[in-house]
This record gives sequence, C-alpha cells and structure tokens, in this order.
Amino acid sequence: MSQAEAVAPKFKITLSRDVIDVAYRLLAVALICIVLSLVSDAFLTTNNLLNVLRQASLVFFMASGLTLVILTGKIDLSIGATVGLSACVAATIIKSTGSPWIGGLAAICIGALVGLGNGLMVTKLRIPSFIATYGMLWVAQGATYYYMSGQSVYGFPPGFRALGSGYLLGIPIPIYLMVVFMLLGNFFTKRTTYGQQIYAIGANSVAGRLSGIPVNSRLNLVFILSGAMAGLASLIYLARLNSAEGDIGETLTLPTIAAVVIGGTSLFGGVGSLFGTFIGGLILTLILNGMNLLSLNANWQPLVTGLIVLLAVWLDMKTRSKTDSN
Amino acid sequence: MSERVLAQGFSALGRIPGVAFVLVALFAIFASMSPGFSTAPNLSNILVQSAILLLLALPMTFIIMTEGLDLSIGAVLTLASVVLASVAVSTGSLPLAFVAALAIGLAFGLLNGWIIAWLDIPPFVATLGTLGIAQGLCLVLTDGQSIVGMPPALHYIYSGYLLGIPFPLVIAAVAYVAMHGILYHTRLGTYVPALGGNREALRHAGVNDRLVLAVIYGIGGLMAGVAGLLLTSRMSAAHPTAAIGMEFDAIAAVAVGGTQFERGEGWLFGTLLGVITIGVLRNGLNLLEMPSSVQVVCVGLLVIVALFLDGMRKVQE
Repeated sequence: MSQAEAVAPKFKITLSRDVIDVAYRLLAVALICIVLSLVSDAFLTTNNLLNVLRQASLVFFMASGLTLVILTGKIDLSIGATVGLSACVAATIIKSTGSPWIGGLAAICIGALVGLGNGLMVTKLRIPSFIATYGMLWVAQGATYYYMSGQSVYGFPPGFRALGSGYLLGIPIPIYLMVVFMLLGNFFTKRTTYGQQIYAIGANSVAGRLSGIPVNSRLNLVFILSGAMAGLASLIYLARLNSAEGDIGETLTLPTIAAVVIGGTSLFGGVGSLFGTFIGGLILTLILNGMNLLSLNANWQPLVTGLIVLLAVWLDMKTRSKTDSN
Repeated sequence: MSERVLAQGFSALGRIPGVAFVLVALFAIFASMSPGFSTAPNLSNILVQSAILLLLALPMTFIIMTEGLDLSIGAVLTLASVVLASVAVSTGSLPLAFVAALAIGLAFGLLNGWIIAWLDIPPFVATLGTLGIAQGLCLVLTDGQSIVGMPPALHYIYSGYLLGIPFPLVIAAVAYVAMHGILYHTRLGTYVPALGGNREALRHAGVNDRLVLAVIYGIGGLMAGVAGLLLTSRMSAAHPTAAIGMEFDAIAAVAVGGTQFERGEGWLFGTLLGVITIGVLRNGLNLLEMPSSVQVVCVGLLVIVALFLDGMRKVQE
C-alpha cells in the first residue's frame, strides 16, 4: 500500500509532462500545416484535410494497441503482418459467407490470437519481445502468403465498404470510430487500475511485481489488445482498399512504430499516451501527404519514415535526459 | 574456478546435442521423403547456398552477444548488391564495384554502431530505422526495377572454384576462421560478451565500449557487403528486394545455434550448425516443392522449438 502511495506522485509528473509534450507536438502539426499550405495549393482543401484525418485514423488504430505494448516497455514488431493476415482471412470469409460480421469477428479473433502468441513467447518462454514479435512478423506473413497463394480477393458489400470509405454528416466514418476508440482508450489507460498498472510495469517492472501487479498477465493482455486492434484496423483498411492481397500489411510496421514514437511514447516504457500517438500518426500522415502533394516518388517513403523514426527517438531521448538531470 | 569451467563444459556439451539433434532429425526426414536430398551434388549445393547466410549470421552472433540486434542487415546486403550492380553497369569496372559495395556495407554498419553506441537508441529501433533508409535507397536507386547486364566475369565469384572447393565456401570458411579468431583469441573478442553481460563494468575498466560496439556493427555491415557480392554474382543481377528478410534467417540461425539473447552467452560453432540446419530445412522443403511462405513459417517454428527446449533446460538448471 505504501508503495502505491510512493508511486502516485510520479504519475502526476508524467501527466504534466504529457501535457507539455502534446503542446509541443500540436505546435509541430501547426507548423507543418503552415508550410504545406504555403508550398501546395491542394493542401488546404476540405477534401485533402479529411483525407489526411482518415489516413491518420487508420494509423491510429494500428498504433493504439502498440502504444499499450510500448508503455509496458516491450515492443510489437508483428503489427503490419497481423494486419495483413487478419485482412486476408476477413476478406475471404466475407466473400464466401457474404457476412461482414463473421469476417470482422474472425479478423479481430485472429489478431488477438497472434497477440496471445506474442504474449506467451514473451512471458512464458522469456524471449525478448523484439525477437519474439519479429519472428511472429515473418511467421504471420508467411501464413498470409500461403493462405492467399498469390490470389487477390476484391469487391465487398457496400455496407462493409462504408466502414472505410463512407461519410456521415460529411465526415469520413473512420474518424468517428477513431474518436470513440481514443476516448475509450484514454479512459482505460488513465482512469482504470489496469491502465495504471500498464504504466507502472513500464516504469519499473520489478517494483510493479513486488507491489502485487500480475505482470505476466498484464503483458499478455497488452499483446492481445495490440493484436486485436490490428485486426480491427485491418477491417477498416480492407473496407478502404476494397481488395486484399498477401502483401497488404508488409509496409505498415515502420509507419506504425513511427507514429507511436513521434507521439512521445518512450520506448523504455512508462511514459506516453494514446492521444500523443494520435498526434504522432497525424504528423506522420501530414509529412507523407506533403510528399505526395509535392509529387515526390512513393519510393522515398520508407527512407523518410526510417529517418523520422530515428529522429523522433533521438529527440525523445535528448529531452528525457535533460528532464532527468534537472 | 574449476567447477565453473566444468559447468561451462557441461553446458557446452548439453548444447551440442540440441542443434545437432535437430539437424540429424531434419536430415533423416528429408532423406526419407525426397530421394534427391542426400545426393552429393545437393549436399554441396546446401553448403554453397548456406555461405551467404553464414556471412550474415557470424556478425549477428557477435551483435546478439552484446544484447543487440541488427534488423537492417538484409536491407544493407540488398543495398550493397544494388550499388555493386549500378557501379558495375555504369563504369564497367568490377573492382570499383566491389569496393563500392563493401564501402556502403561498412558505412551502414558504422552508422548503426554510431546510432546505437553514441545516441544510445535501442538497437532494434535504430536498425529498424536504418532498414527503412537502406530499403528506401534501394527503391530510389533502382526505381523498383532489377539491374541487369553485369559483366560476365562476375558470375565466376559464385560459381568458381579454388583448389576444387566452390569459391563461396572458401569465402565462408575464411570468414568463419577470422570471426572465430576475433571472438576467442583477441582482446576485442573478450569485450563482446562483456558488452552484453556488463557494459558498465567494461566502461569502468577503461574500455571504450562505444568504439567496440561501433566496430562490431561495422563488421556486420562489412560482411553484409561481402554477402551482397556473392548474391549479385549468384543472380548476375541486382533486385531492390532481393535479400529483404534475410536477417530473419540470420537471427534464427543464431538462436537455433544456442546463443542467448541475454547475458552475453554465445557460441560461434553453434551458429555454424544453426546456419546449416536452416540451409537443410529450406533445401528439403524446396525439394518437397513447398513455397517460400511455408519455409518462412517452418524457420519460425524451428526457432520457437529451439528456444522452448532451451527454456526447459534453463528451468531444469
């Protein structure tokens, strides 16, 4: 009990740091927007801005589960491959049964199962998470390729496609979904015991265990949530693309990690927020959108994303060492 | 002291059956299922094909012993191959192309080392970032297309012989002996497990731990460059996604070979066995006409089985 009290003030500090971090990042968003509106006429149009928000909401779905994992100080490198596997399975099920509900359920279950596999490898086999989930990346990707055997599945019922490309009151539906999940996620991480335990594990897993947190079962939980959110993201992605192929998730992992680290969640765990991840996804999407508007070849994307990841982690570490020494 | 040596000897003995058992089991399975497997040409084929993977897995062993990781090594190999091909096509000079390929490999290795050692960014995210950069450079340089039209002489590097031994095997053997020498017979080698086990202590002992880390990652990049040379020679072309994901096989080989991801315990000979095990697995599945997607899943399962057995043994101890 006394340990819990000792931990409490620390959360206050991280919360206020969260606010400062978010303010800096909103400033960055504003700056990028100003620059982009100066260099391209097409940027400041309702269509383009809504498009950016819709892209950002896709990134958010993939990155929100990953944020929880990273908050515990672990990593999930299998996100992209999980999205690919879930999307392909959902696509074939929707095609064969005609029911988006069964397909959707299957996608989320498969995502959760992949997450459980990751969690068990980390908690039971004690494999470092970056190795375990990296192996899972290739296993899931291989399974996807085998499952699809080079085929592509396309053409889904309009009701399902609305999930990715529909509008409600002039605003794309994924944006509503994102707002709902962000509110739920924020409540979960900031206002529930489970959520606070996730922060505590990331801040100091030994102290967490000694103060009675079931560390392994919480770790399993965040990996399962990460996989399930990837499954959910795959549905929106699928509804947007209206087709699924084996390589659908291949390029998604790096941008997802980029969104989380740009959003200020520390790779060492314990610090960060889901709202930050949304801003991170927005910044990344704005930069990629800007490259697109300036008709820079899409081949530059991995290079730019890689640079952004390194820059974001480096900046994060610099500011952290500064606040730590104060 | 002698007890510790004895215990280490026992654990080394305990390791040999681990990988070797899997290797023998796979060998028996494939030999019984596919008549073409246990023929002399196929076995020599396995060894030659494993040469490229060994070049990546040797430095990966060092890197994992420092509790690090290099996810960029497959992309750096590909980039070296792309650079080699473009220089060879534009200048027509193979030596110049070789130097360029090795230089780009070394540069990326040192870049990884610098980011990890001096900027203190965790290895997996640092090398994930450089993976993106290397992959992006491959795409930008080639515009997504293959580069063909290599000088015919390039082909001899992969298919040539030296004293009756396939040249890739000669390169692999030289690399193995060199890395073995570095790890077990030089001062740098003694720093490798220390970096994983207790970096702080190493620093207090007056060792420039950052420089040592950078050198280790630099060796990894350089070896990826050499592997890029072999790969380009094998295909007589360069493709922007040729070796993407090969770091997975390299990490798998190291893991199957018994090197630990924690505490700096590593075993170079185990890595050699791990590389051959994965070579046998891929070759056997190939002969059984399994697509590469199934092969990848099997490699992943192999690693999980190996780590599971490893975990069991740890529990027993």
